[in-house]
Amino acid sequence: MRFEPRPNPSRIMILMSPVIAIALTSIVAMALFALAGQNPLEALIIFLTAPLADLYGFGELLIKAAPLVLIGVGLAIGFRAGIWNVGAEGQLTVGVIFAGYVALKFGPAGGWWVLPLMVIAGAVGGVFWAAIPALLRVKFNASEILVSLMLNYVAALWLSWLIFGLWRDPAGFNFPQSEPLAPDALFPILIADTRANVSVLFALGAVVAGWLFMNRSFAGFQLKVTGLSEGAARYAGFGVSRAVWIGMLASGAAAGIAGVGEIAGPLAQIFPTASPGYGYAAIIVAFLGRLHPVGILLSGLLMALLYLSGDVAQMSLGMPSSITGLLQSTLLFFLLTTDVFIQYRIRFQSSNRQGAAT
Amino acid sequence: MPHTISPHIEHRLELRGIRKAYPAVVANDRIDLCVRPGEIHAVVGENGAGKSTLMKIIYGMVPPDSGELLWDGREVSIASPADAQKLGIGMVFQHFALFDTLSVAENIALALPGRPPIEPLSRGINEVAARYGLPIEPERHIYTMSVGERQRVEIIRALLQNPRLLILDEPTSVLTPQAVETLFVTLRQIAAEGCSILYISHKLNEIRDLCHTATILRGGRVTGMCDPRQESPASMARMMIGADLPSFRHRGDTLAGKTRLSVSGLTLPTQDPFGTALGDISFAVRGGEILGIAGVSGNGQQELLGALSGETPLSNADAITIDGKPAGHRDPAGRRRLGLCSVPEDRLKQGSVPSLPLLENVLLTANRNGAIRAGLIRFDRVKAYAERCIQAFDVRTPGAQAQAGSLSGGNLQKFIIGREILQEPGVLIVSQPTWGVDVGAALIIRQALLDLRDRGAAIVVISEELDELFEISDKIAVIAGGRLTAAIPIAEANRDAIGIAMSGQSAGDEPDERASKELAHAL
Repeated sequence: MRFEPRPNPSRIMILMSPVIAIALTSIVAMALFALAGQNPLEALIIFLTAPLADLYGFGELLIKAAPLVLIGVGLAIGFRAGIWNVGAEGQLTVGVIFAGYVALKFGPAGGWWVLPLMVIAGAVGGVFWAAIPALLRVKFNASEILVSLMLNYVAALWLSWLIFGLWRDPAGFNFPQSEPLAPDALFPILIADTRANVSVLFALGAVVAGWLFMNRSFAGFQLKVTGLSEGAARYAGFGVSRAVWIGMLASGAAAGIAGVGEIAGPLAQIFPTASPGYGYAAIIVAFLGRLHPVGILLSGLLMALLYLSGDVAQMSLGMPSSITGLLQSTLLFFLLTTDVFIQYRIRFQSSNRQGAAT
Repeated sequence: MPHTISPHIEHRLELRGIRKAYPAVVANDRIDLCVRPGEIHAVVGENGAGKSTLMKIIYGMVPPDSGELLWDGREVSIASPADAQKLGIGMVFQHFALFDTLSVAENIALALPGRPPIEPLSRGINEVAARYGLPIEPERHIYTMSVGERQRVEIIRALLQNPRLLILDEPTSVLTPQAVETLFVTLRQIAAEGCSILYISHKLNEIRDLCHTATILRGGRVTGMCDPRQESPASMARMMIGADLPSFRHRGDTLAGKTRLSVSGLTLPTQDPFGTALGDISFAVRGGEILGIAGVSGNGQQELLGALSGETPLSNADAITIDGKPAGHRDPAGRRRLGLCSVPEDRLKQGSVPSLPLLENVLLTANRNGAIRAGLIRFDRVKAYAERCIQAFDVRTPGAQAQAGSLSGGNLQKFIIGREILQEPGVLIVSQPTWGVDVGAALIIRQALLDLRDRGAAIVVISEELDELFEISDKIAVIAGGRLTAAIPIAEANRDAIGIAMSGQSAGDEPDERASKELAHAL
């Protein structure tokens, strides 16, 4: 048995690869349920459908999917150009800090402008945090992967410092949390009787804008070329530096706005852990969605479902909710494995006659 | 190194019905080939005809799907290059496999079985070198050597193993005309001692000069056998491409106008330890004129192209002017706006993005004149441009949606050159316009360059193919060691002098004083 390069990348596998990866992940999930003493198939069905049993659950799905999709689209812009921003978590956190400042400072006095200002501040915060690895990459050729990853921890510590100190709620019984945000600093509810708020629209807007940018704009084309062929990009005069800036800052802005959605959403308060790992999960979302905005929309919904299912696992199946992280990573693992078959196929026997000579 | 000629065995190597299929293409199909002892046997064909695959099968690098290999009349299976070497097959590759930072003897020791100690090996190298007139110093480092000298190392490496069959893959593509002559003397001597030689080439004149027999491949099959000494290049070309060569409209008189591209005092240090620094290059090209730049590869051609196209912007804006406007500091896009287009040497790594469709490849350079509106791509216009290019330059492809990488080398090159020419550049810089391109496509490309010249463009062609430069250039200059000789009209140029200039100034194949003296004499 050996791997043989395909003459052309398989179009079927590009689309089938996520489907196969999801199927394999389901098998792993069932094995885990069986080990925990559950009926595997029943547990899987409960695991995947229980969260969506009612409208409220559907709203929860949207509110969880929104940041994943938003960040995923932002990351995809950079990933297509070969710019590997793994710092979305930190950019989200700094977005929280910037927007949090606006909310705490101006929220109580009120005004319609507080929320838009928070969104802008969040975007600026994300952009600022993403600009650090971008600058170091452009000036000193420092790996944006390492720098952006390390900055995640720096950002988390900044936020902790604020929440444990300056921003701690005096009436909060010494819990590490901020004052509750004022109503003017919260996103309005979009669907009645759910917690789904306007941040869902940001995600949808990102899908449309991302599609337009990646597939129709010249700047998006330049980024794509930079990612596919450094030589062709240099020949055409598409600067790598420009690609680094656009790729990093677009994802930084998206992550920062997603951070606003976190504090201005159901939580309505700022906690030291700004997100349940959305910045990392969005990397999986981006790849699972084939770096295509519509694909990212679908994969974001799936990943959000896994988050909700984790709670179900804890409550009805008697399993720890960390099964969410486990299955998310399993999904990425299988996806990367099946992606190999886009460029390669397996030959079991090097026979004398080759049938595939087309 | 005694080579035994066995008179009873008629064929040293015989191939019967060799077939090798790859996923997308049948590279070899029912190939029969016989090589006699002491015979120089040419394997001729266009790029993609299956020559390289066949040689890799003989050398044990690729297993055939079916067919038989007979060595001295006995059927053998060659599973690896080591097997081939044991039988007595040596190979000199087109792209050398030498370590730059090691000496000649160290490189050779690495390739020989048992890793022989350097001292006695050096004596062996000197013996072989003296015997075949291949002067080489065993302790010299590879990076100090010219391409011709590196090839010598490869040949000596093969000869040290007492081969009874030597395979040479396009050995002259990197040599000056003089170095080719020297190589042929050596090869004739090797053959006279009984060693068979398989000589892969597409240069028909050389094959007529050197070879006793020729097997011609087309599309993976044998389409003819001949004695090249009895054939004309035209008759062999017919067997090679399967049709008469398209006629070539000869270039008219020079109608040079005013200077469109001027380069003065272009100096560029190199970042790459094995790169070539450009030293004080100056030339000017007028409208309606083609300047050919000859040279052995690795003498600064890539660096020069980068400096001219704008990939390596210069600090001195006035070092390059386009239609009188300073352009040295501009990037490729900025120079295109001034009317300078360029075609890089490597069509798959630079000239195109193989995984993108042709119509998107248009956008790499042809992205002005309404192709973009408000930052958005107007795909209808881009598609129309791609289709115009496909039609005007006879690009064989299913359509503008086909991936660039799915096109044959010649068709992709026609597309890339067409993409640049359709922008009607005032100045066009082309590197290796017909490298690895089939004969038919090469003719179309040269004709297109001449037509553009007749429309008043200034064209610079950087090429290693002297024949090509003599065919289309109005003036010719030579780049060697990062320096450019003065350009002389093609009518006054002489091949020998050009050849000497190609080798002369670098640490080249000819002694320096002699070369520069002859150069001074000739130019």
